[in-house]
Amino acid sequence: MNGAVLRLRGRVAAKLADNVDTDLIYPGRYLNITDREKTAEHLFELAYPELRAQIRPGDFIVGGKNFGCGSSREQATAALKYSGVGAVIAASFARIFFRNSVNLGLPVVVSAEAAAALQAGDEAELDLAAGRITCLATGALFQAAPLDPRAIELLEAGGLIPYLKKKHAA
Amino acid sequence: MGMTLAEKILARASGRESVVPDEIVVAAVDLAMSHENADLVRKSFLEVGVAKVWDPERIVIILDHRVPAESEKTAATHKAIREFVHQQGLRHFYDVGRGGICHQVLAERGHVLPGMVVVGTDSHTTTHGAFGAFATGIGATEMTGVWIEGRLWFKVPSTIRIEVEGEFAPWISAKDLILNLIGRLGADGADYRAVEFDGSLIRRLSVASRMVLANLSMEMGAKVAFTPVDDTLLDYLAERTGWKIPWSADFEADVDADYERILQIDSAEIAEPQVACPHAVDQVVPLSELGEVPVHQAVLGSCTNGRLEDLAVAAELVRGRRVHPRTRLLVIPASQQILLEAIRLGYVQQFVAAGAVINPPGCGPCVGVHQGVLAAGETCISSTNRNFLGRMGSKDSRVYLASPAVVAASAIAGRLAHPAEIVTKEAA
Repeated sequence: MNGAVLRLRGRVAAKLADNVDTDLIYPGRYLNITDREKTAEHLFELAYPELRAQIRPGDFIVGGKNFGCGSSREQATAALKYSGVGAVIAASFARIFFRNSVNLGLPVVVSAEAAAALQAGDEAELDLAAGRITCLATGALFQAAPLDPRAIELLEAGGLIPYLKKKHAA
Repeated sequence: MGMTLAEKILARASGRESVVPDEIVVAAVDLAMSHENADLVRKSFLEVGVAKVWDPERIVIILDHRVPAESEKTAATHKAIREFVHQQGLRHFYDVGRGGICHQVLAERGHVLPGMVVVGTDSHTTTHGAFGAFATGIGATEMTGVWIEGRLWFKVPSTIRIEVEGEFAPWISAKDLILNLIGRLGADGADYRAVEFDGSLIRRLSVASRMVLANLSMEMGAKVAFTPVDDTLLDYLAERTGWKIPWSADFEADVDADYERILQIDSAEIAEPQVACPHAVDQVVPLSELGEVPVHQAVLGSCTNGRLEDLAVAAELVRGRRVHPRTRLLVIPASQQILLEAIRLGYVQQFVAAGAVINPPGCGPCVGVHQGVLAAGETCISSTNRNFLGRMGSKDSRVYLASPAVVAASAIAGRLAHPAEIVTKEAA
């Protein structure tokens, strides 16, 4: 087990509403940017333009239900990851966004209780393998839906591409 | 215990006797579709360093999001995709002018057959549930794995069954039905679920209308959405493949299948056109509740509603009338084939004579990139599938979603309008 990947500590950079869609995370007009690092320049550009500058490496984003709904665009996940977001905690995720995140190595954690309780600025600790979230500000402990072993394997590898590289190395 | 259609297809594709919801299975992929984001897949594929894709017959690439190229950057992307297609010997590539919107092209070229597992790097891949396929959207990185291994893991979804009986009232269409359902269930009402549509009304729908239901089920979170495999569908496929597939019990759910939920809808519940209001697809109200809403642009097209029957109803409404002086009407046939038919049937002439502009087949302004982007303060009525903030241009623009008939009527009235109003005004 790679502890560094599966145990995270960070600050909640922002707490967002329900149904944060992929156009809000990453506008369609920038879909022709295919360098993943560059997608970060347009994170939340239309909806929350001030937020990007506030994200510090390792910060968490907290969402409501159905986070990442809409398009299959992977740039939405890439923009979060390359802006330094360490994990997204939400009451629920849209399915393509969830899979994209695991495939790009961005931890995603499902916990309605944690998503409701955590506030912007709170420090929190995540244990992805155990499915545990601790709010360091209040000491409150929240149970998260356990990640599928396949998802843990991909997160530990740093995402699907490094995983495939290793698997198919000649 | 019997199986739903989603369970049956995943069991077959993963070599299992049976599967139940929440199980993880690894299923063989029958068809893998990408559009411009094939370039992202290509880059990741090259990064992994495998020499050849798993099966050049099962990968389809269709350029549709930015056609013809609107910028030098896109032109370079298109070029890189063409070169990759050639180098890998991919058999099914639809270049600019040869195809149209990916979901329409897959359908009309007979690529999708009942019982298949189809993945596409586009969220509206659910459209192909109208062909009895387990069809769902995935990201570009995930597609890299499919191009290499030809299989993918899935969590078996539970299924919501939606039975619709009765007949549509005048001017009501599949778009109104699905908008109404999204409004009831919410944007996450079918998250991670399969949806099975059935009932007397559904079975009378054209294949084009069934595609509307499967397509927009994505907007309530569905992983896959099926309409029945019957003679209407098998005849449609026979016209395109030259072979009528015999019906099989493999194409429908068992009678004792286990559903998470069964909804029974009487079509009489949808008495008037439905409109999704800015900026969410589940903010749905009957048209009459909206009052006076001036529109600056009306868009008829997309993978949701750019097919021949959609153009037909709109052409009939604009025939002999003029688009309102303060409104632009953009018409985007979903494919080259549909454009040809629309020319042959005189629809294109009617649109142009009325003052509409015809865009080339493709996604057009639906993604907010080109061919009809909205300015701040503008309002658009659109037959497309998303009205998210900034979706079609400025974050200070507003998009309402409705049926092709409402789009055409509103283009003429210059404000949101019921088609009956346009027709009766002049008859009176």
